[in-house]
Amino acid sequence: MTTHGEKAGAAASYTADEMMTVAASRELADGAVCFVGIGLPSEAANLARATHAPGCVLIYESGTVGAKPDVLPLSIGDGVLAEHADSVVSVPEIFNYWLQAGRVDVGFLGAAQVDRFGNINTTVVGPYESPKVRLPGAGGAPEIAASAREVIIMLRHKRRAFVEELSFVTSVGHGTGGNHRAELGYTGAGPTVLITDLGVLRPDPETGELTLVALHPGATVEQAREATGWNLKVADDPGSTDPPTEGELQVLRDLKARTEAARRGTST
Amino acid sequence: MAHVANLREAVAGLVRDGDSVALEGFTHLIPTAAAHEIVRQGRRDLTLIRMTPDLIYDQMIGVGCARKLVFSWGGNPGVGSLHRFRDAVENGWPQPLEIEEHSHAGMANRYVAGASGLPFAVLRGYVGTDLPKVTPTIAPIECPFTGEELMAVPALRPDVAIIHAQQADGRGNVAVWGISGIQKEAVLSARRAIVTVEEVVEELAPHPFQIVLPAVAIDAIAVEPHGAHPSYADGYYDRDNAFYEAWDAIARDRGMFRSWMDEHVLGTENFGEYLRSVRAEGMVSK
Repeated sequence: MTTHGEKAGAAASYTADEMMTVAASRELADGAVCFVGIGLPSEAANLARATHAPGCVLIYESGTVGAKPDVLPLSIGDGVLAEHADSVVSVPEIFNYWLQAGRVDVGFLGAAQVDRFGNINTTVVGPYESPKVRLPGAGGAPEIAASAREVIIMLRHKRRAFVEELSFVTSVGHGTGGNHRAELGYTGAGPTVLITDLGVLRPDPETGELTLVALHPGATVEQAREATGWNLKVADDPGSTDPPTEGELQVLRDLKARTEAARRGTST
Repeated sequence: MAHVANLREAVAGLVRDGDSVALEGFTHLIPTAAAHEIVRQGRRDLTLIRMTPDLIYDQMIGVGCARKLVFSWGGNPGVGSLHRFRDAVENGWPQPLEIEEHSHAGMANRYVAGASGLPFAVLRGYVGTDLPKVTPTIAPIECPFTGEELMAVPALRPDVAIIHAQQADGRGNVAVWGISGIQKEAVLSARRAIVTVEEVVEELAPHPFQIVLPAVAIDAIAVEPHGAHPSYADGYYDRDNAFYEAWDAIARDRGMFRSWMDEHVLGTENFGEYLRSVRAEGMVSK
């Protein structure tokens, strides 16, 4: 999907993925300590760092604190994460001293599947003992979802990813809704926003159910409902996401071009 | 005490059928050369332990080395699925694979407990997830001082830990720098430890974020240049990303996987020959 911007300063055209990444990057406040997953979250967090949030402290689970990669990491152990980092610590330290001890403001996660309460599955599709699809598993996500002060989730809006019932709860969002997260003893707020390629969902303050509160330019409520496996709750008057600015888009495209060039460099 | 051996002797002497074996490296410094040597020597019935099973465990599982896998994230990093791992879990090919899965925090703390000589570790995690339902090695425990409910996970005490490092000195001390992941804890939690290194130097020089594993913690050191290929070795080489991408197609098909392993791993004498063999096919970038 390519959309044409109409606002002043808005980019002329961009993809739905670019809109998603830009919208997610705007959620990250300058100065925040952010625990970042590889892939889409890493892209959005580094876009934020290169635009409005130069002071954010990016933590990757391989142990890099204050990572400042010039290109996007190929994997969690990529040397670009260590190169200009404030510190590199061991894996037990990153999970115990940093995450569990409450030093992380924002956890930035992707997912394979999500439900209406922002719970995440990255383990299996189908029964655990005889899975239809064996997914990679938990990684760092359960404790990030548990211990970060808040969680941002990024996921492309598709019916097979936005499901009525998860085969497996790998990481807890708002649990079964309402007060469930607090009852589990979690101090962090859990998912405060889910950014998709169609719009922005935020949990209802009472029930914890994810509610469509904004649409990206060109996307419709019908599209979002069609791509959601449960009866999607929609705000009375959903807002509209500001399209990417020329500046945001330029920085994102430069970052991806640099990354591509570096990847080609390692395979020639 | 560490002695410099060749890798064949080190594996022959220290890795036995039925052992629990942890080959660690958090996507950096993955001990590929050592994994291949275990495959060549036809070890069977192994319990493979690793936070991030990737290509080497895909290979070991696919050729039938493993009875069980203890892990927290199994994928081809940045590319997609591990097809041999998936085939073993989803279809029991080439043999059923028992799995014991944790989160990264759980696995990291299990190694810490093992390295500390404690029976278990305590963490704040897993609550509300489905992991405790499927993994018996996760159990609630009450803090005797505050009454807070926490989770306990048992120590990992692998029979053998194997890591790849940048350098060893002449006395057998080993230097790892850059992202050192869980390597120190893996080595100190294990009964026996093998380290492959890029090179042996007279004296270890300081490097950013370096850890040094003293010789007393290591049983055997083997020099294997490029031994972490296709992963990174900070200061020596970058990740060979094209190989990770090529692996997806090779591992997707049982027959193609078998013939690839036969030709390049089982059909070569050592890692140097393996590298020449895959380079000749244009599969290695450097």
